[in-house]
Amino acid sequence: MEGAELAGKILSTWLTLVLGFILLPSVFGVSLGISEIYMKILVKTLEWATIRIEKGAPKELTLKNSASVGIIQRDESPMEKGLSGLRGRDFELSDVFYFSKKGLEAIVEDEVTQRFSSEELVSWNLLTRTNVNFHYISLRLTMVWVLGVIVRYCVLLPLRVTLAFIGISLLVIGTTLVGQLPDSSLKNWLSELVHLTCCRICVRALSGTIHYHNKQYRPQKGGICVANHTSPIDVLILTTDGCYAMVGQVHGGLMGIIQRAMVKACPHVWFERSEMKDRHLVTKRLKEHIADKKKLPILIFPEGTCINNTSVMMFKKGSFEIGGTIHPVAIKYNPQFGDAFWNSSKYNMVSYLLRMMTSWAIVCDVWYMPPMTREVGEDAVQFANRVKSAIARQGGLTELPWDGGLKRAKVKDTFKEEQQKNYSKMIVGNGSLN
Amino acid sequence: MGSRSSHAAVIPDVDSIRRETGFSQASLIRLHHRFRALDRNKKGYLSRIDLQQIGALAVNPLGDRIIESFFPNGSQQVDFPGFVRVLAHFRPVEDEDTDLDPKKPEPLNSRRNKLHYAFQLYDLDRDGKISRHEMLQVLRLMVGVQVTEEQLENIADRTVQEADEDGDGAVSFLEFTKSLEKMDVEQKMSIRILK
Repeated sequence: MEGAELAGKILSTWLTLVLGFILLPSVFGVSLGISEIYMKILVKTLEWATIRIEKGAPKELTLKNSASVGIIQRDESPMEKGLSGLRGRDFELSDVFYFSKKGLEAIVEDEVTQRFSSEELVSWNLLTRTNVNFHYISLRLTMVWVLGVIVRYCVLLPLRVTLAFIGISLLVIGTTLVGQLPDSSLKNWLSELVHLTCCRICVRALSGTIHYHNKQYRPQKGGICVANHTSPIDVLILTTDGCYAMVGQVHGGLMGIIQRAMVKACPHVWFERSEMKDRHLVTKRLKEHIADKKKLPILIFPEGTCINNTSVMMFKKGSFEIGGTIHPVAIKYNPQFGDAFWNSSKYNMVSYLLRMMTSWAIVCDVWYMPPMTREVGEDAVQFANRVKSAIARQGGLTELPWDGGLKRAKVKDTFKEEQQKNYSKMIVGNGSLN
Repeated sequence: MGSRSSHAAVIPDVDSIRRETGFSQASLIRLHHRFRALDRNKKGYLSRIDLQQIGALAVNPLGDRIIESFFPNGSQQVDFPGFVRVLAHFRPVEDEDTDLDPKKPEPLNSRRNKLHYAFQLYDLDRDGKISRHEMLQVLRLMVGVQVTEEQLENIADRTVQEADEDGDGAVSFLEFTKSLEKMDVEQKMSIRILK
């Protein structure tokens, strides 16, 4: 009996503290500075750890660092030069040398495969999961690491799980309640309040520290917001600073409940799985949405899949065919405090969220960029590439022309046909054969 | 990539691989790292699908033949030694390689072995000869649908005739080597791994 009473008291004190220090400030969008203090301590600790590690093993580090720059010497000359000939020259047995060399070079190193696994860190950040090359350095470091494990799993994890739970329940309940009201500006204001509060709570559930830059370019109503994609958390990060209408498939389970609740309070665009295949239908609905200037800006991730935040891959042209103003946003995570990339082939959603909640923190920068529209004479693909370059430049990411779909599917045959065409022109060329 | 370190100790039989292929320890560590990155499901070996997913290889007209070269003798899996053995053909020829002990087997990156690798890409049934039919098939791989059957047959006929010396209608490895004796094979079929 006594035990149960004691447990009850602890639980209620705990909840009151959480309510007072975290939930209430979230409603008003105020910060009490607790997370800033946490981050300062964390940064100091990691700096100390880095110095200790560098003192302990300088040779190992240099080998690791050079692995991230190219590992083979590349000759990027075009096919004509590589085949040592002029145009219209005939086929030679030695042509195979060029193709086999290029093929083997791709096997040893290619730009795409590495983008689908987590970024390597320059120095260890005291998390077991990033401990690739670092072995025992000193007793003090190991003790700090042990302390870190205890803090993360026993203190932070329960807190974060509580917050996440509260955040999601509030979202569902809040939006359902707001959805009962008739359409009015009061309803919109309340729905915004509910969305923002719940997102702030969820961000705190991840110990997120987000820096927003250039807030004057925040996406406006009736526009389309476009951003690079690293994980499902991207949505949380963006919606903490403004409300968006989301686009996506209707899911089952918990996600489905959240989706159905959200759409009652404000118009998001959810598609059935069968509708997603019909591109015209999708485009039509999105066009209707942005035509209504009172509706919130649509949030779209044109890469179509999660990339590891070191580069930006091909933007699918579908989002750029709708018309309207595009507001690009660049999101860059700091991997030192926690790896936000969702490797969906390796981790499912639940283990991903657990990993997020047992990292130190999620730190990222969000840059809002000036709006862009399609210029005269520019087609959707060129426009998509222009926006992609702008986002890559702003976020300090490399730009790749490859399709993120390469994560799961094979590359399209059209690219191979291009190479075959080039080669055929060379050996058949002006048709001069004996 | 998880919490495994890329130390030489992790690579099984690293010394025998080093002797057989001539790669330095640092290069082997890098290649092992790459092997593990390509092995998406952590099986410990690579299958054809793992290699087909490399975008830059899939668009290579000879991509399928190159992938096939990793699976000799009808095998369906290639382990790390097998992987490195193929890559060793493309190791640049260095001075120390020319100073050979006649009792030791020829290094994998010798001119002869490089030529043999190229020969294999043509020799589909591995019978030691490139027949006109095989030449046609490989040419078809390289040009896709861009060239007519007639033009391709002309090219194949001409090439086989030029190289064929004993008139058996096929190109043997010796004839292949002879027709390429002026070619700077060492330079064209070398990939330098940066230190």
